[in-house]
Amino acid sequence: MIGLSHYLTVAAILFTLGVLGIFINRKNVIVILMSVELILLAVNINLVAFSTHLNDITGQVFALFVLTVAAAEAAIGLAILVVFFRNRGSIAVEDVNMMKG
Amino acid sequence: MIAAQSVLPALWPALPELILAVGVLVLVLYGSFRGERSAEGVSVGALLLMILALFVVMSQSGAKVTTLNGSFIVDNFSKVMKALILLGSAASILLARDYFQRARIDRFEFPILIVLCTLGMMVMASANDLISLYLGLELQSLAAYVIAAFHRDNLKSTEAGLKYFVLGALSSGMLLYGSSLVYGFTGTVSFPGIVAALNDTTVGFGLVLGIVFVAAGVAFKLAAVPFHMWTPDVYEGSPTPVTAFFASAPKMAAMAMTIRIFIGAFPDVTAVWQQIIVFVAIASMALGSFAAIGQRSLKRLMAYSSIGNVGYALVGLAAGSQDGVRGVVIYMIIYLAMTLGAFAVILSLRRGGQMFETVDDLSGLSRTHPVLAFCLAAMMFSLAGIPPLAGFFAKYYVFAAAIQANLVTLAVIGVVTSVVGAFYYLRLVKVMYFDEPVAAYEPMAPGLRIVLGFTSVVVVLFWIVPAPLVGAAGAAAKSLFAGS
Repeated sequence: MIGLSHYLTVAAILFTLGVLGIFINRKNVIVILMSVELILLAVNINLVAFSTHLNDITGQVFALFVLTVAAAEAAIGLAILVVFFRNRGSIAVEDVNMMKG
Repeated sequence: MIAAQSVLPALWPALPELILAVGVLVLVLYGSFRGERSAEGVSVGALLLMILALFVVMSQSGAKVTTLNGSFIVDNFSKVMKALILLGSAASILLARDYFQRARIDRFEFPILIVLCTLGMMVMASANDLISLYLGLELQSLAAYVIAAFHRDNLKSTEAGLKYFVLGALSSGMLLYGSSLVYGFTGTVSFPGIVAALNDTTVGFGLVLGIVFVAAGVAFKLAAVPFHMWTPDVYEGSPTPVTAFFASAPKMAAMAMTIRIFIGAFPDVTAVWQQIIVFVAIASMALGSFAAIGQRSLKRLMAYSSIGNVGYALVGLAAGSQDGVRGVVIYMIIYLAMTLGAFAVILSLRRGGQMFETVDDLSGLSRTHPVLAFCLAAMMFSLAGIPPLAGFFAKYYVFAAAIQANLVTLAVIGVVTSVVGAFYYLRLVKVMYFDEPVAAYEPMAPGLRIVLGFTSVVVVLFWIVPAPLVGAAGAAAKSLFAGS
Protein backbone atom coordinates (compact mmCIF):
# COMPACT_ATOMS: atom_id res chain seq x y z
CA MET A 1 0.00 0.00 0.00
CA ILE A 2 1.41 3.36 -1.02
CA GLY A 3 0.77 5.94 1.66
CA LEU A 4 1.48 9.55 2.46
CA SER A 5 5.08 8.91 3.50
CA HIS A 6 5.96 7.45 0.09
CA TYR A 7 4.74 10.58 -1.68
CA LEU A 8 6.59 12.79 0.78
CA THR A 9 9.78 10.81 0.22
CA VAL A 10 9.52 11.13 -3.55
CA ALA A 11 8.87 14.85 -3.20
CA ALA A 12 11.83 15.25 -0.82
CA ILE A 13 14.11 13.43 -3.29
CA LEU A 14 12.89 15.58 -6.19
CA PHE A 15 13.38 18.74 -4.12
CA THR A 16 16.92 17.72 -3.17
CA LEU A 17 17.71 16.90 -6.80
CA GLY A 18 16.44 20.32 -7.82
CA VAL A 19 18.52 22.18 -5.23
CA LEU A 20 21.63 20.13 -6.04
CA GLY A 21 21.02 20.73 -9.73
CA ILE A 22 21.20 24.46 -9.16
CA PHE A 23 24.36 24.37 -7.07
CA ILE A 24 26.41 21.52 -8.54
CA ASN A 25 25.59 22.17 -12.20
CA ARG A 26 28.55 23.94 -13.86
CA LYS A 27 27.45 23.68 -17.47
CA ASN A 28 24.29 25.29 -18.62
CA VAL A 29 21.75 27.80 -17.35
CA ILE A 30 18.92 25.84 -19.00
CA VAL A 31 19.67 23.00 -16.57
CA ILE A 32 19.12 25.47 -13.74
CA LEU A 33 15.69 26.35 -15.16
CA MET A 34 14.86 22.64 -15.27
CA SER A 35 15.99 22.27 -11.66
CA VAL A 36 13.68 25.10 -10.63
CA GLU A 37 10.81 23.26 -12.30
CA LEU A 38 11.78 20.10 -10.38
CA ILE A 39 11.57 22.00 -7.09
CA LEU A 40 8.12 23.32 -7.94
CA LEU A 41 6.98 19.82 -8.98
CA ALA A 42 8.18 18.44 -5.65
CA VAL A 43 6.09 21.08 -3.91
CA ASN A 44 3.06 20.12 -5.98
CA ILE A 45 3.42 16.45 -5.11
CA ASN A 46 3.63 17.43 -1.45
CA LEU A 47 0.56 19.64 -1.69
CA VAL A 48 -1.61 17.12 -3.52
CA ALA A 49 -0.51 14.24 -1.24
CA PHE A 50 -1.32 16.28 1.88
CA SER A 51 -4.57 17.39 0.34
CA THR A 52 -5.71 13.81 -0.25
CA HIS A 53 -4.47 12.70 3.14
CA LEU A 54 -6.23 15.52 4.99
CA ASN A 55 -9.34 15.29 2.83
CA ASP A 56 -9.09 19.02 2.28
CA ILE A 57 -9.33 20.71 -1.12
CA THR A 58 -7.10 23.71 -0.26
CA GLY A 59 -3.87 21.90 -1.11
CA GLN A 60 -5.04 21.14 -4.64
CA VAL A 61 -6.11 24.75 -5.16
CA PHE A 62 -2.66 25.80 -3.97
CA ALA A 63 -1.08 23.33 -6.42
CA LEU A 64 -3.05 24.85 -9.31
CA PHE A 65 -1.79 28.32 -8.38
CA VAL A 66 1.77 26.98 -8.20
CA LEU A 67 1.43 25.46 -11.69
CA THR A 68 0.23 28.77 -13.12
CA VAL A 69 2.98 30.79 -11.48
CA ALA A 70 5.59 28.21 -12.56
CA ALA A 71 4.57 28.74 -16.19
CA ALA A 72 4.94 32.51 -15.84
CA GLU A 73 8.26 32.08 -14.07
CA ALA A 74 9.65 29.84 -16.83
CA ALA A 75 8.58 32.35 -19.48
CA ILE A 76 10.31 35.23 -17.70
CA GLY A 77 13.41 33.15 -17.01
CA LEU A 78 13.78 32.18 -20.65
CA ALA A 79 13.22 35.78 -21.75
CA ILE A 80 15.99 37.01 -19.46
CA LEU A 81 18.21 34.18 -20.68
CA VAL A 82 17.65 35.25 -24.30
CA VAL A 83 18.68 38.88 -23.64
CA PHE A 84 21.70 37.63 -21.70
CA PHE A 85 22.68 35.36 -24.60
CA ARG A 86 22.43 38.28 -27.04
CA ASN A 87 24.94 40.26 -24.99
CA ARG A 88 27.30 37.47 -23.93
CA GLY A 89 27.04 34.98 -26.78
CA SER A 90 26.97 32.06 -24.34
CA ILE A 91 24.74 30.59 -21.65
CA ALA A 92 27.39 28.52 -19.87
CA VAL A 93 27.22 28.96 -16.09
CA GLU A 94 30.91 29.88 -15.86
CA ASP A 95 30.36 32.75 -18.31
CA VAL A 96 27.90 34.45 -15.95
CA ASN A 97 30.88 36.09 -14.28
CA MET A 98 31.07 39.80 -15.12
CA MET A 99 30.64 40.65 -11.44
CA LYS A 100 32.31 38.71 -8.66
CA GLY A 101 30.11 38.23 -5.65
CA MET B 1 -30.56 31.42 3.22
CA ILE B 2 -27.19 31.30 1.54
CA ALA B 3 -28.62 32.66 -1.70
CA ALA B 4 -29.46 35.92 0.06
CA GLN B 5 -25.79 36.65 0.56
CA SER B 6 -23.86 38.39 -2.13
CA VAL B 7 -21.83 36.06 -4.33
CA LEU B 8 -18.99 38.55 -4.53
CA PRO B 9 -16.78 38.93 -1.47
CA ALA B 10 -16.42 42.40 0.01
CA LEU B 11 -13.88 44.10 -2.25
CA TRP B 12 -13.60 47.53 -0.66
CA PRO B 13 -10.79 46.57 1.76
CA ALA B 14 -8.69 45.74 -1.33
CA LEU B 15 -9.54 49.04 -3.04
CA PRO B 16 -5.93 50.33 -3.22
CA GLU B 17 -4.82 47.09 -4.87
CA LEU B 18 -7.77 47.20 -7.28
CA ILE B 19 -6.91 50.80 -8.21
CA LEU B 20 -3.37 49.74 -9.07
CA ALA B 21 -4.49 46.58 -10.91
CA VAL B 22 -7.06 48.37 -13.07
CA GLY B 23 -4.86 51.43 -13.52
CA VAL B 24 -1.88 49.43 -14.71
CA LEU B 25 -4.02 47.78 -17.40
CA VAL B 26 -5.08 51.22 -18.63
CA LEU B 27 -1.43 52.29 -18.67
CA VAL B 28 -0.41 49.21 -20.65
CA LEU B 29 -3.05 50.01 -23.29
CA TYR B 30 -2.08 53.68 -23.37
CA GLY B 31 1.59 52.77 -23.68
CA SER B 32 1.12 50.25 -26.45
CA PHE B 33 -1.10 52.56 -28.51
CA ARG B 34 1.12 55.62 -28.11
CA GLY B 35 4.30 53.59 -28.69
CA GLU B 36 7.82 54.52 -27.67
CA ARG B 37 7.14 58.19 -26.91
CA SER B 38 4.60 57.47 -24.18
CA ALA B 39 7.18 56.97 -21.39
CA GLU B 40 6.59 60.44 -19.96
CA GLY B 41 2.82 60.03 -19.86
CA VAL B 42 2.95 56.53 -18.39
CA SER B 43 5.38 57.67 -15.68
CA VAL B 44 3.08 60.51 -14.67
CA GLY B 45 0.13 58.13 -14.78
CA ALA B 46 1.91 55.61 -12.58
CA LEU B 47 2.82 58.33 -10.07
CA LEU B 48 -0.80 59.55 -9.96
CA LEU B 49 -2.02 55.96 -9.44
CA MET B 50 0.35 55.52 -6.51
CA ILE B 51 -0.67 58.83 -4.96
CA LEU B 52 -4.33 57.87 -5.35
CA ALA B 53 -3.68 54.44 -3.80
CA LEU B 54 -1.74 56.13 -0.97
CA PHE B 55 -4.72 58.38 -0.22
CA VAL B 56 -7.07 55.40 -0.17
CA VAL B 57 -4.70 53.44 2.09
CA MET B 58 -4.41 56.36 4.50
CA SER B 59 -8.18 56.91 4.56
CA GLN B 60 -8.91 53.32 5.61
CA SER B 61 -9.91 53.14 9.26
CA GLY B 62 -7.18 50.76 10.42
CA ALA B 63 -9.67 48.47 12.12
CA LYS B 64 -8.97 44.82 11.43
CA VAL B 65 -10.96 43.62 8.38
CA THR B 66 -10.53 40.36 6.51
CA THR B 67 -12.04 39.60 3.13
CA LEU B 68 -11.73 37.22 0.14
CA ASN B 69 -12.48 34.22 2.34
CA GLY B 70 -10.08 35.36 5.03
CA SER B 71 -7.05 35.40 2.76
CA PHE B 72 -6.69 39.18 2.71
CA ILE B 73 -6.36 41.31 5.83
CA VAL B 74 -6.37 45.07 6.29
CA ASP B 75 -5.21 46.48 9.62
CA ASN B 76 -2.96 49.23 10.96
CA PHE B 77 0.13 47.17 10.16
CA SER B 78 -0.77 46.68 6.49
CA LYS B 79 -1.74 50.36 6.34
CA VAL B 80 1.70 51.57 7.49
CA MET B 81 3.64 49.06 5.39
CA LYS B 82 1.59 49.83 2.26
CA ALA B 83 2.17 53.54 2.74
CA LEU B 84 5.93 52.88 2.94
CA ILE B 85 5.83 50.62 -0.13
CA LEU B 86 3.92 53.20 -2.17
CA LEU B 87 6.25 56.01 -1.09
CA GLY B 88 9.32 53.94 -1.98
CA SER B 89 7.96 52.98 -5.39
CA ALA B 90 6.82 56.52 -6.23
CA ALA B 91 10.24 57.87 -5.23
CA SER B 92 11.91 55.26 -7.46
CA ILE B 93 9.90 56.43 -10.47
CA LEU B 94 10.92 60.03 -9.70
CA LEU B 95 14.57 58.99 -9.41
CA ALA B 96 14.45 57.01 -12.65
CA ARG B 97 13.09 59.60 -15.13
CA ASP B 98 16.23 61.60 -15.78
CA TYR B 99 18.60 58.61 -15.68
CA PHE B 100 16.62 56.56 -18.18
CA GLN B 101 16.20 59.49 -20.57
CA ARG B 102 19.94 60.06 -20.69
CA ALA B 103 20.74 56.35 -20.94
CA ARG B 104 18.28 56.15 -23.89
CA ILE B 105 16.33 53.33 -22.31
CA ASP B 106 13.34 55.51 -21.49
CA ARG B 107 10.63 52.96 -22.23
CA PHE B 108 7.07 53.01 -20.93
CA GLU B 109 7.39 49.46 -19.57
CA PHE B 110 9.46 50.59 -16.60
CA PRO B 111 6.75 52.47 -14.66
CA ILE B 112 4.29 49.69 -15.55
CA LEU B 113 6.59 47.04 -14.08
CA ILE B 114 7.11 49.18 -10.98
CA VAL B 115 3.34 49.43 -10.51
CA LEU B 116 2.93 45.65 -10.95
CA CYS B 117 5.74 45.07 -8.49
CA THR B 118 4.07 47.47 -6.05
CA LEU B 119 0.79 45.62 -6.43
CA GLY B 120 2.52 42.37 -5.50
CA MET B 121 4.21 44.00 -2.52
CA MET B 122 0.91 45.38 -1.23
CA VAL B 123 -0.64 41.92 -1.45
CA MET B 124 2.33 40.60 0.55
CA ALA B 125 1.71 43.21 3.26
CA SER B 126 -1.95 42.21 3.42
CA ALA B 127 -1.58 38.44 3.07
CA ASN B 128 -3.42 36.40 5.65
CA ASP B 129 -2.79 32.94 4.25
CA LEU B 130 0.05 31.11 2.52
CA ILE B 131 -1.57 31.19 -0.94
CA SER B 132 -2.11 34.96 -1.11
CA LEU B 133 1.36 35.46 0.37
CA TYR B 134 2.89 33.32 -2.38
CA LEU B 135 0.93 35.02 -5.15
CA GLY B 136 1.89 38.49 -3.94
CA LEU B 137 5.51 37.45 -3.57
CA GLU B 138 5.66 36.01 -7.08
CA LEU B 139 4.01 39.05 -8.66
CA GLN B 140 6.63 41.19 -6.92
CA SER B 141 9.54 38.91 -7.83
CA LEU B 142 8.65 38.34 -11.49
CA ALA B 143 8.36 42.09 -12.10
CA ALA B 144 11.62 42.65 -10.20
CA TYR B 145 13.58 40.12 -12.30
CA VAL B 146 12.57 41.97 -15.43
CA ILE B 147 13.44 45.45 -14.19
CA ALA B 148 16.86 44.21 -13.01
CA ALA B 149 17.56 43.29 -16.64
CA PHE B 150 15.86 46.45 -17.91
CA HIS B 151 18.94 47.81 -19.65
CA ARG B 152 18.72 44.95 -22.09
CA ASP B 153 21.71 45.88 -24.25
CA ASN B 154 23.98 46.05 -21.23
CA LEU B 155 25.80 42.87 -20.24
CA LYS B 156 25.99 43.72 -16.53
CA SER B 157 22.30 44.51 -16.32
CA THR B 158 21.20 41.30 -18.02
CA GLU B 159 23.62 39.31 -15.89
CA ALA B 160 22.12 40.92 -12.80
CA GLY B 161 18.66 39.94 -14.03
CA LEU B 162 19.76 36.36 -14.66
CA LYS B 163 21.40 35.97 -11.25
CA TYR B 164 18.42 37.54 -9.52
CA PHE B 165 16.07 35.23 -11.40
CA VAL B 166 17.94 32.00 -10.61
CA LEU B 167 18.41 32.70 -6.91
CA GLY B 168 14.96 34.28 -6.57
CA ALA B 169 13.32 31.23 -8.13
CA LEU B 170 15.28 28.97 -5.79
CA SER B 171 14.16 31.02 -2.78
CA SER B 172 10.53 30.94 -3.90
CA GLY B 173 10.87 27.18 -4.22
CA MET B 174 12.21 26.87 -0.67
CA LEU B 175 9.48 29.10 0.72
CA LEU B 176 6.92 27.04 -1.14
CA TYR B 177 8.31 23.71 0.02
CA GLY B 178 8.19 25.02 3.58
CA SER B 179 4.62 26.23 3.02
CA SER B 180 3.58 22.79 1.76
CA LEU B 181 5.00 21.16 4.90
CA VAL B 182 3.31 23.72 7.15
CA TYR B 183 0.03 23.07 5.33
CA GLY B 184 0.46 19.33 5.66
CA PHE B 185 1.24 19.32 9.36
CA THR B 186 -1.31 21.93 10.44
CA GLY B 187 -4.02 21.12 7.90
CA THR B 188 -4.65 24.72 6.93
CA VAL B 189 -3.03 27.55 5.01
CA SER B 190 -4.66 30.50 6.81
CA PHE B 191 -2.52 32.24 9.42
CA PRO B 192 -5.21 32.34 12.16
CA GLY B 193 -5.93 28.69 11.35
CA ILE B 194 -2.26 27.79 11.80
CA VAL B 195 -2.22 29.59 15.17
CA ALA B 196 -5.26 27.60 16.28
CA ALA B 197 -3.85 24.30 14.99
CA LEU B 198 -0.56 24.88 16.81
CA ASN B 199 -2.44 25.36 20.09
CA ASP B 200 -3.87 21.84 19.80
CA THR B 201 -0.88 19.82 18.66
CA THR B 202 2.73 19.61 19.68
CA VAL B 203 5.28 20.83 17.15
CA GLY B 204 6.68 17.81 15.33
CA PHE B 205 9.76 17.41 13.18
CA GLY B 206 7.90 17.98 9.91
CA LEU B 207 6.54 21.31 11.07
CA VAL B 208 9.95 22.46 12.31
CA LEU B 209 11.38 21.55 8.91
CA GLY B 210 8.61 23.55 7.26
CA ILE B 211 9.30 26.60 9.42
CA VAL B 212 13.04 26.35 8.67
CA PHE B 213 12.40 26.24 4.91
CA VAL B 214 10.00 29.17 5.15
CA ALA B 215 12.62 31.09 7.15
CA ALA B 216 15.26 30.33 4.50
CA GLY B 217 13.00 31.56 1.70
CA VAL B 218 12.19 34.70 3.66
CA ALA B 219 15.88 35.34 4.38
CA PHE B 220 16.59 35.17 0.63
CA LYS B 221 13.94 37.78 -0.09
CA LEU B 222 15.23 40.00 2.72
CA ALA B 223 18.84 39.52 1.50
CA ALA B 224 19.90 38.41 4.98
CA VAL B 225 23.04 36.35 5.60
CA PRO B 226 23.55 33.41 4.76
CA PHE B 227 21.25 33.96 1.76
CA HIS B 228 22.63 37.34 0.70
CA MET B 229 25.04 36.32 -2.09
CA TRP B 230 22.89 37.68 -4.91
CA THR B 231 22.60 41.16 -3.42
CA PRO B 232 25.97 42.82 -4.26
CA ASP B 233 25.94 41.55 -7.86
CA VAL B 234 22.32 42.46 -8.53
CA TYR B 235 22.75 45.89 -6.93
CA GLU B 236 25.91 46.57 -8.92
CA GLY B 237 24.64 45.32 -12.26
CA SER B 238 21.15 46.83 -12.32
CA PRO B 239 20.67 50.38 -13.59
CA THR B 240 21.14 52.69 -10.57
CA PRO B 241 17.46 53.80 -10.22
CA VAL B 242 16.50 50.11 -10.20
CA THR B 243 19.05 49.51 -7.45
CA ALA B 244 17.47 52.37 -5.50
CA PHE B 245 14.10 50.68 -5.97
CA PHE B 246 15.39 47.25 -4.85
CA ALA B 247 16.94 48.76 -1.75
CA SER B 248 13.75 50.57 -0.77
CA ALA B 249 10.23 49.28 -1.44
CA PRO B 250 10.85 45.50 -1.79
CA LYS B 251 12.70 45.54 1.56
CA MET B 252 9.58 47.00 3.17
CA ALA B 253 7.44 44.29 1.59
CA ALA B 254 9.84 41.49 2.52
CA MET B 255 9.92 42.70 6.12
CA ALA B 256 6.12 42.99 6.17
CA MET B 257 5.91 39.42 4.88
CA THR B 258 8.41 38.20 7.49
CA ILE B 259 6.44 39.79 10.31
CA ARG B 260 3.13 38.47 8.94
CA ILE B 261 4.54 34.94 8.87
CA PHE B 262 6.40 34.82 12.16
CA ILE B 263 4.16 37.04 14.29
CA GLY B 264 0.94 36.31 12.41
CA ALA B 265 1.19 32.54 11.94
CA PHE B 266 3.77 31.29 14.46
CA PRO B 267 3.44 33.56 17.52
CA ASP B 268 3.23 30.69 20.01
CA VAL B 269 6.21 28.69 18.75
CA THR B 270 8.71 31.50 19.22
CA ALA B 271 11.26 29.00 20.52
CA VAL B 272 11.45 27.34 17.09
CA TRP B 273 12.16 30.43 15.01
CA GLN B 274 13.74 32.83 17.49
CA GLN B 275 17.18 31.21 17.32
CA ILE B 276 17.06 31.24 13.51
CA ILE B 277 16.26 34.96 13.48
CA VAL B 278 18.93 35.70 16.10
CA PHE B 279 21.57 33.88 14.04
CA VAL B 280 20.50 35.56 10.79
CA ALA B 281 20.48 38.98 12.48
CA ILE B 282 23.98 38.57 13.94
CA ALA B 283 25.43 37.22 10.68
CA SER B 284 23.82 40.00 8.62
CA MET B 285 24.99 42.77 10.94
CA ALA B 286 28.54 41.41 10.98
CA LEU B 287 28.81 40.81 7.23
CA GLY B 288 27.14 44.14 6.42
CA SER B 289 29.75 45.92 8.52
CA PHE B 290 32.94 44.05 7.65
CA ALA B 291 32.44 43.27 3.95
CA ALA B 292 31.60 46.89 3.10
CA ILE B 293 34.94 48.20 4.36
CA GLY B 294 36.92 47.28 1.24
CA GLN B 295 34.31 48.34 -1.32
CA ARG B 296 35.14 51.05 -3.86
CA SER B 297 31.84 50.93 -5.73
CA LEU B 298 29.09 53.00 -4.11
CA LYS B 299 26.40 50.60 -5.33
CA ARG B 300 28.14 47.56 -3.80
CA LEU B 301 28.67 49.57 -0.64
CA MET B 302 24.94 50.31 -0.46
CA ALA B 303 24.26 46.61 -1.06
CA TYR B 304 26.30 45.61 2.00
CA SER B 305 24.77 48.50 3.90
CA SER B 306 21.30 47.15 3.12
CA ILE B 307 22.34 43.66 4.29
CA GLY B 308 23.54 45.15 7.57
CA ASN B 309 20.39 47.21 7.99
CA VAL B 310 18.17 44.17 7.52
CA GLY B 311 20.19 42.56 10.32
CA TYR B 312 19.47 45.49 12.66
CA ALA B 313 15.77 45.40 11.80
CA LEU B 314 15.66 41.64 12.49
CA VAL B 315 16.99 42.31 16.00
CA GLY B 316 13.56 43.80 16.72
CA LEU B 317 11.79 40.78 15.24
CA ALA B 318 13.96 38.40 17.27
CA ALA B 319 12.54 40.01 20.42
CA GLY B 320 9.15 38.72 19.22
CA SER B 321 7.31 41.31 21.31
CA GLN B 322 5.00 44.18 20.47
CA ASP B 323 7.80 46.66 21.22
CA GLY B 324 10.10 44.65 18.97
CA VAL B 325 7.72 44.86 16.01
CA ARG B 326 7.25 48.57 16.69
CA GLY B 327 11.03 48.91 16.53
CA VAL B 328 11.15 47.05 13.22
CA VAL B 329 8.49 49.30 11.69
CA ILE B 330 10.27 52.46 12.91
CA TYR B 331 13.53 51.07 11.55
CA MET B 332 12.00 50.40 8.14
CA ILE B 333 10.49 53.93 7.96
CA ILE B 334 13.84 55.54 8.70
CA TYR B 335 15.79 53.09 6.54
CA LEU B 336 13.54 53.97 3.60
CA ALA B 337 14.34 57.67 3.99
CA MET B 338 18.09 57.10 4.44
CA THR B 339 18.51 54.75 1.52
CA LEU B 340 16.43 56.80 -0.93
CA GLY B 341 18.35 59.93 0.07
CA ALA B 342 21.71 58.23 -0.43
CA PHE B 343 20.67 56.96 -3.86
CA ALA B 344 19.39 60.41 -4.87
CA VAL B 345 22.94 61.69 -4.22
CA ILE B 346 24.57 58.77 -6.06
CA LEU B 347 22.29 59.36 -9.06
CA SER B 348 23.34 63.00 -9.28
CA LEU B 349 27.06 62.23 -9.78
CA ARG B 350 26.96 62.88 -13.52
CA ARG B 351 29.31 64.79 -15.75
CA GLY B 352 29.54 64.90 -19.56
CA GLY B 353 26.96 62.15 -20.05
CA GLN B 354 28.75 59.70 -17.76
CA MET B 355 27.72 58.37 -14.37
CA PHE B 356 30.28 58.16 -11.56
CA GLU B 357 29.79 55.36 -9.08
CA THR B 358 32.88 54.93 -6.93
CA VAL B 359 33.84 56.29 -3.55
CA ASP B 360 36.69 58.36 -5.03
CA ASP B 361 34.26 60.26 -7.24
CA LEU B 362 32.87 61.86 -4.07
CA SER B 363 36.23 63.50 -3.47
CA GLY B 364 35.91 67.13 -2.40
CA LEU B 365 32.17 67.19 -2.99
CA SER B 366 31.75 69.66 -0.12
CA ARG B 367 33.51 72.38 -2.12
CA THR B 368 31.90 71.76 -5.51
CA HIS B 369 28.37 70.92 -4.24
CA PRO B 370 28.04 71.93 -0.56
CA VAL B 371 24.30 71.14 -0.25
CA LEU B 372 24.65 67.72 -1.86
CA ALA B 373 27.61 66.90 0.36
CA PHE B 374 25.73 68.04 3.45
CA CYS B 375 22.74 65.86 2.61
CA LEU B 376 24.88 62.79 1.92
CA ALA B 377 26.84 63.43 5.13
CA ALA B 378 23.55 63.55 7.03
CA MET B 379 22.50 60.22 5.48
CA MET B 380 25.86 58.65 6.35
CA PHE B 381 25.92 59.94 9.94
CA SER B 382 22.36 58.66 10.26
CA LEU B 383 23.24 55.22 8.82
CA ALA B 384 26.16 55.11 11.25
CA GLY B 385 23.66 55.73 14.06
CA ILE B 386 24.95 59.04 15.38
CA PRO B 387 22.47 61.12 17.42
CA PRO B 388 20.42 63.24 16.93
CA LEU B 389 19.88 61.93 13.39
CA ALA B 390 17.05 59.52 12.67
CA GLY B 391 19.24 56.42 12.31
CA PHE B 392 20.18 56.62 15.98
CA PHE B 393 16.55 56.38 17.07
CA ALA B 394 15.91 53.54 14.62
CA LYS B 395 18.67 51.49 16.26
CA TYR B 396 17.65 52.62 19.74
CA TYR B 397 14.11 51.24 19.43
CA VAL B 398 15.18 47.79 18.15
CA PHE B 399 18.02 47.38 20.65
CA ALA B 400 15.79 48.50 23.54
CA ALA B 401 13.21 45.89 22.55
CA ALA B 402 15.92 43.21 22.34
CA ILE B 403 17.19 44.06 25.84
CA GLN B 404 13.64 43.92 27.22
CA ALA B 405 13.31 40.44 25.72
CA ASN B 406 16.53 39.34 27.50
CA LEU B 407 18.54 39.25 24.26
CA VAL B 408 21.33 41.37 25.75
CA THR B 409 24.10 39.59 23.83
CA LEU B 410 22.32 40.26 20.55
CA ALA B 411 21.97 43.95 21.38
CA VAL B 412 25.64 44.20 22.38
CA ILE B 413 26.76 42.54 19.13
CA GLY B 414 24.50 44.98 17.28
CA VAL B 415 26.12 47.98 18.94
CA VAL B 416 29.62 46.64 18.23
CA THR B 417 28.91 45.99 14.55
CA SER B 418 27.32 49.40 14.14
CA VAL B 419 30.56 50.92 15.46
CA VAL B 420 32.48 48.91 12.84
CA GLY B 421 29.96 50.00 10.21
CA ALA B 422 30.43 53.63 11.22
CA PHE B 423 33.97 53.35 9.88
CA TYR B 424 32.96 53.04 6.24
CA TYR B 425 30.05 55.46 6.47
CA LEU B 426 32.31 58.10 7.98
CA ARG B 427 35.01 57.38 5.40
CA LEU B 428 32.62 58.73 2.76
CA VAL B 429 32.20 61.89 4.84
CA LYS B 430 35.98 62.23 5.11
CA VAL B 431 36.40 61.80 1.33
CA MET B 432 33.76 64.45 0.67
CA TYR B 433 35.02 67.02 3.15
CA PHE B 434 38.79 66.60 3.32
CA ASP B 435 39.98 65.26 -0.05
CA GLU B 436 40.93 67.40 -3.05
CA PRO B 437 37.92 68.27 -5.22
CA VAL B 438 37.53 66.94 -8.76
CA ALA B 439 35.57 68.82 -11.42
CA ALA B 440 31.98 69.80 -10.60
CA TYR B 441 29.02 67.61 -11.58
CA GLU B 442 26.00 68.64 -13.59
CA PRO B 443 23.05 70.16 -11.69
CA MET B 444 20.56 67.71 -10.17
CA ALA B 445 17.40 66.70 -12.01
CA PRO B 446 14.15 67.96 -10.41
CA GLY B 447 12.99 64.44 -9.45
CA LEU B 448 16.22 63.87 -7.51
CA ARG B 449 15.83 67.22 -5.75
CA ILE B 450 12.32 66.36 -4.57
CA VAL B 451 13.36 62.94 -3.20
CA LEU B 452 16.55 64.24 -1.58
CA GLY B 453 14.70 67.18 -0.02
CA PHE B 454 11.99 65.06 1.57
CA THR B 455 14.31 62.34 2.81
CA SER B 456 16.80 64.84 4.26
CA VAL B 457 14.02 66.54 6.20
CA VAL B 458 12.91 63.19 7.64
CA VAL B 459 16.45 62.12 8.55
CA VAL B 460 17.65 65.43 10.00
CA LEU B 461 14.48 66.59 11.76
CA PHE B 462 13.05 63.28 12.98
CA TRP B 463 14.13 64.00 16.58
CA ILE B 464 12.05 67.19 16.80
CA VAL B 465 8.68 65.55 16.11
CA PRO B 466 9.12 61.76 16.38
CA ALA B 467 5.57 61.26 17.70
CA PRO B 468 3.64 60.80 14.40
CA LEU B 469 5.99 58.13 13.03
CA VAL B 470 6.52 56.35 16.34
CA GLY B 471 2.78 56.50 17.00
CA ALA B 472 1.96 55.01 13.61
CA ALA B 473 4.51 52.23 14.15
CA GLY B 474 3.10 51.57 17.62
CA ALA B 475 -0.44 51.28 16.24
CA ALA B 476 0.84 48.94 13.52
CA ALA B 477 2.53 46.66 16.05
CA LYS B 478 -0.50 46.74 18.33
CA SER B 479 -2.82 45.56 15.56
CA LEU B 480 -0.75 42.37 15.23
CA PHE B 481 -0.85 41.54 18.92
CA ALA B 482 -4.19 42.86 20.13
CA GLY B 483 -6.27 39.91 18.92
CA SER B 484 -4.04 37.04 20.00
